[in-house]
Amino acid sequence: MAKTETTTPDAQPTAVAVPFTPIAAMAPAIGWLIPGAGHLIQKRWIRGLLLLGSVAGMFAFGVAMQGKVYKSNTGDLLDILGFIGDLGSGALYFLARIFEWGGTSISAANADYGTKFIVVAGLLNIMAAVDAYHIAIGKKQ
Amino acid sequence: MILALQLSHFSAAALFAFFFSIVFGITQLNTTDEMVRYGAYCFAMAVGGLFVAGWVMWLLHH
Repeated sequence: MAKTETTTPDAQPTAVAVPFTPIAAMAPAIGWLIPGAGHLIQKRWIRGLLLLGSVAGMFAFGVAMQGKVYKSNTGDLLDILGFIGDLGSGALYFLARIFEWGGTSISAANADYGTKFIVVAGLLNIMAAVDAYHIAIGKKQ
Repeated sequence: MILALQLSHFSAAALFAFFFSIVFGITQLNTTDEMVRYGAYCFAMAVGGLFVAGWVMWLLHH
């Protein structure tokens, strides 16, 4: 008996091609530079403002607690990781470096908390920028 | 003279939980309702964890 060929289109997972639009490139870049802006340019006003408030607020509290703002060329591995985290805050990091905000050394418990606030603000901003990209490509509403 | 903001460990951790819960809620789920619930869940778990850790440390100390 001859084998009958059946097609089951739903059985195999299909990869959906995502069109790469200019907004898909701009949203994460702008979202990284200005926290929440990746959502704001896509008219997600409330989400964008909440992200801006959260990331900027966390960064500001970190600076107010005299948290350390890491520099790039210290050579210490932990400092390099801290620098990468801080850099996630985008423009806030550059402003902190320009105006010399924050402390230079972690001399008290509060300064240590502040240092963590600044690093985590950067990491949360990277999450927000990735979310803005997902909205731009239609993966998320 | 530089005035540094002085927060207790608990208030710093609660503030930390407040900010990260907002970002987690927005970025990890899709609908507004889910975002609010997940953000509240993250905050409640973080603050609840603080109390639990505090009591564990108290028990270890005494």
